[in-house]
Amino acid sequence: MISIKDLTLSFDSDRGRTIVLKEFHLDIADGEFIAVVGASGVGKSTLLRVIAGLVKPTSGTVTRDNPETPGRRPYALVFQDARLLPWRRVVKNVEFGLEGLGLDKQTRRRRALDALELVGLADKADRWPHQLSGGQRQRVAIARALAVDPDLLMMDEPFGALDAITRQGLQDELVDLWQRTGKTILFVTHDIDEAVYLADRVILLAGSPAGVRSTDRVATPRPRQRDDATARHTANAIRDRLSGTVVDGEGI
Amino acid sequence: MARPRALRLSLSLLGVVLFFAVWEALPRLGLVKSMLLPAPSGIPATFWQEVSSGAWGEAVLQSLRHYVSGLVLGSALGVALGVATGMSRTLEDMTNWIVRLLRPIPGLAWVPFAIIWFGVSPTAANFIIIVGVFWINYFSALSAVQAVDRDLIELANAFGHRSPLARLFKVILPASVQPIMAGLRTGLGQAWMAVVAAELFGVAGLGQRMMQASSLLATDIVVVYMITMALLYGVVDAGFVALRDRLLAWKA
Ligand SMILES: Nc1ncnc2c1ncn2[C@@H]1O[C@H](COP(=O)(O)OP(=O)(O)O)[C@@H](O)[C@H]1O
Ligand SMILES: [Mg+2]
Repeated sequence: MISIKDLTLSFDSDRGRTIVLKEFHLDIADGEFIAVVGASGVGKSTLLRVIAGLVKPTSGTVTRDNPETPGRRPYALVFQDARLLPWRRVVKNVEFGLEGLGLDKQTRRRRALDALELVGLADKADRWPHQLSGGQRQRVAIARALAVDPDLLMMDEPFGALDAITRQGLQDELVDLWQRTGKTILFVTHDIDEAVYLADRVILLAGSPAGVRSTDRVATPRPRQRDDATARHTANAIRDRLSGTVVDGEGI
Repeated sequence: MARPRALRLSLSLLGVVLFFAVWEALPRLGLVKSMLLPAPSGIPATFWQEVSSGAWGEAVLQSLRHYVSGLVLGSALGVALGVATGMSRTLEDMTNWIVRLLRPIPGLAWVPFAIIWFGVSPTAANFIIIVGVFWINYFSALSAVQAVDRDLIELANAFGHRSPLARLFKVILPASVQPIMAGLRTGLGQAWMAVVAAELFGVAGLGQRMMQASSLLATDIVVVYMITMALLYGVVDAGFVALRDRLLAWKA
């Protein structure tokens, strides 16, 4: 389990202090798929950065049950832009997070190829990033994150820049991947339908400073249909809360 | 519309032939005294004479020695300090004004000091080359490092490469190879000019041999050394381009 307790984060600048997150609280069970939705600029990316340790929280803690294990990294990130290193071939991009873990060359290569296999791109291992489509690049980014075998896989609007067809394909692939690997996923999106389609729980981040405005459990069994009525109802409820037309805590 | 390859090639050839024809015709027709402009047809014989007397080989070796040592030292110092300044705010703030003060001074303006400090010696030649090449590489490396995408630095952090050295080798250097190489290549040309300039002041090498010939009005020998300079620089530059293209294979 991963516990995020009373996370507060503020940025100091010349014009004073901006509090972005205030007392954010979330417990994530192992193997859970959680989506975080919220308006643009509310603090979703910042939240992921704090959890990943890229930004030090002003106060609050992020703790994991799992002990530090050699050859792994506790957190891995997938960004909206695939952010591949153009000077590395695909397989070397996937090895990026495995370097510096004390693994030998063959182990790194094998784990990178396994991860590429998972996202269906083993045959593209020797390509350069610029030779891939946008969707393929994003799958390489997912493979790079999976390769380090993280306790928590965090994704920041990973499909936001893709066309609708590619996006739907990757959503289904991600669910499939999640079921096969049993990974714990924290998925940030501003697309509420996407959140409800993918996740077990949907956290609505709102306010300024931002905190958990609501939590919705999506009980729809898998495999899910995109036009599921209950899911649509949940999505609409979140949308209403987001636009502020319904008072707090109505939920489902 | 693009011209056919064959046509372009024949036009280039025609240009070269015309150039030599006019050059040959001018002294032959008595339009210019052959002492002022030696006919190209006589050059190979002069060239052979210089080579067999050993003067040519010695001058080439001397020049190359100045060139290589000055170039390597100036480039290495320039790139290293440029990269370091680009990575450190402290260093940048510290060097800011010094750089602004020294930068506008052209490399050749250091000739008086070079001679005062080192006399007319190989060290003086080296000094002038180093100064010229240093600034070119310092600025290209500095701006290259400052232009590295912040997102890639964040990526390195997210995947555990957080030490300055890891950041340098995993992201910063590979991301700035191209502009740094461009700076190195400019330095290659600048250094060659500086070598010849230093030798014109009397340091032994191609330039000095050329000055000796010119004071004897042996213009055919002058031409031999002009051609030698052009050829040597051409070979060095072509070699560098080949190396660069190998390093930047991922761009293709
Ligand atoms: N490094 C920073 N310094 C100051 N303010 C920042 C910084 N990073 C993000 N912010 C601010 O924090 C808020 C949340 O940003 P972000 O987490 O990127 O939002 P989201 O991902 O939800 O769109 C924004 O108002 C943004 O301007
Ligand atoms: Mg964001």
